[in-house]
Amino acid sequence: MKLRLIRRDAASRLAMFGAPVLALVLTCLTSLVLFAALGLPAGKALHALLLKPFLSWYSFSEVLLKMAPLLLIAQGLAIGFRANVFNIGAEGQFIIGALCASAFPVYFPDGNFPLMLLAMILAGGLGGMAFASIAAGLRTRFGASEILVTLMLSLIAVQILNYLLLGPWKDPRGFNFPQTVRFPENALLPLLFENVRPNISLIFALGGSLFAYLMMEKHFLGYQLRTAGLAPKAALYAGFSTPRMIWLTLALGGLAAGIAGASEVAGPLGQLQRSVSSGYGYAAIIVAYVGGLRPVGIVASSFLISVLYIGGDSATVSAGLPVAAVEVFQGMLLAFYLLTFTLIRFRIHFERGAAA
Amino acid sequence: MSALEFLLAGTLAAALPLLLAALGEMVVEKTGLLNLGLEGMMAIGAAIAFICVYHTDAHSLGFLAAALVSAVLALIFAALVIVVQANQVAAGLAVGVLGLGLSALFGKSYESQTISGLEEIGLPVLSQIPVVGPTLLTQDIVVWLTLLGTVGLWYMLNKTKLGLIITAVGESAEAARAIGYPVGLIRTIAVAFGGAMCGLAGAYASTVYTPLWADGMIAGRGWIALALVVFGTWRTGRVVFGAILFGVLSLGELTAQAIGVAIPSQVLASLPYIVTILMLVAISRHQTRVG
Repeated sequence: MKLRLIRRDAASRLAMFGAPVLALVLTCLTSLVLFAALGLPAGKALHALLLKPFLSWYSFSEVLLKMAPLLLIAQGLAIGFRANVFNIGAEGQFIIGALCASAFPVYFPDGNFPLMLLAMILAGGLGGMAFASIAAGLRTRFGASEILVTLMLSLIAVQILNYLLLGPWKDPRGFNFPQTVRFPENALLPLLFENVRPNISLIFALGGSLFAYLMMEKHFLGYQLRTAGLAPKAALYAGFSTPRMIWLTLALGGLAAGIAGASEVAGPLGQLQRSVSSGYGYAAIIVAYVGGLRPVGIVASSFLISVLYIGGDSATVSAGLPVAAVEVFQGMLLAFYLLTFTLIRFRIHFERGAAA
Repeated sequence: MSALEFLLAGTLAAALPLLLAALGEMVVEKTGLLNLGLEGMMAIGAAIAFICVYHTDAHSLGFLAAALVSAVLALIFAALVIVVQANQVAAGLAVGVLGLGLSALFGKSYESQTISGLEEIGLPVLSQIPVVGPTLLTQDIVVWLTLLGTVGLWYMLNKTKLGLIITAVGESAEAARAIGYPVGLIRTIAVAFGGAMCGLAGAYASTVYTPLWADGMIAGRGWIALALVVFGTWRTGRVVFGAILFGVLSLGELTAQAIGVAIPSQVLASLPYIVTILMLVAISRHQTRVG
């Protein structure tokens, strides 16, 4: 007997909503078994992971804080993924964005710089964009795989960050910790609510989502990009310029990640630290896929992944769950999503007897 | 011991995890796939091997278990990419994140525990040579076995029919399928092999190179191994050369001392990635194997 996948004529709406829900259910069931097998209180852990973040305004506000960078980066990445441009170096673009933004408060620690905050966000966005553009240039000019180039650039960005924080940018009064001075008041993003940490970067992220929606779903450019992803040959025949799409998608991805990086140092951190990113660039790839690469879906998936982060934090306290459990959960979620999405998109066809 | 002698003695051991993982990934990429989950597969291998050796004190068992578990993780990638035709970038990252998470989860109660490493074996007669003998030519058994195995892998890929079939599958899956080769099966086996090699790489890192458990101990070696495959342009000999070069670089500041130059260690740490980008630029005009 032979198993074959046959593409459905029309990708059903059910697939778009059903796949992530089914993936989440499967992930929960599998982690229940896994946690129980490891002797952890599985029910309690799952309760903390998925429900605790909703039980107090403070933890819910932390979800919103986490969501801002994930959402913004994922929207930028998804535009590229849909056009078959695989920028997996958002981590590096985020770090470079954070670096560029931090240059202002580091060199003007008293805040004596006109429009400090605007300059920081702009520098962050442009820095991320420029960093991603290296990959675009090498891909269009030399045909170098953007997957590997963006990845390598991310690893280089980490080293640049380490160099600056251990050397020239280290806070002289920071007890030798690898971090910069604390930023002055006018280098910090305004908060959205009183007493909790979410700031206006959430507005940037939602604005970015709206932009992505209009561009990808309503504008001819989005149609070109989607065609390039689904049917590269058709896009070529139609005369859509491939180099232009590569430049555009990488630049947008870098811009979004750079702004997110700038917002992180100008937001909850208030200084540049070694752990500035804590893996947002990679988690955003998961967010983008679990959101079906669609702007609306990504809003939902970024919220879900943020809930998992905050829930994971509380589960370490209430259920003794190791921090790594969140990673396990994320990895499983993406794997199950890829599985369920394909199963809904394709029909499974069994053939008996001789192979066709 | 001078810095140079230290480097001679340590380079092969530092290069070994990179070499093992890169050789595995090279075979995977030769069949036309790209598995980005190396870091995670190495991490889970490292954890499993450490736990095994901690309880049984048998390194061979640790290596075997690590290879098996990492191969199973790699088969998840194979199932996603080959059977349900999911995007391989996403699938590779899923497996990578999963492996990293599981490794931390399993290893948690062993944090900072130590085990005994492996004794070093000098090559007969040759290890009597001054300077080189007691350093470069005195290594643990895994180093010697890996070097032997590498020759075997080179022979298999370049001199046997199986090697030709693997290359054919990578160059043109359609043509290979038309001739009647089971493309899916060959790729699945290659992916499992790649996973097993990552498992061995992780096992070496956690039970021989630094026989101590610390979360995140793979510390980016998986990404360097991935770079190494490109650097070696998918050829066994060049991958070995690259592994030794990257191994020297990974010894970072030590190397700087040995050559007597004050270079920031971050520059040395970045070099593998920089040369890999340059290599991609240099080869990509002729070759579009990946991406």
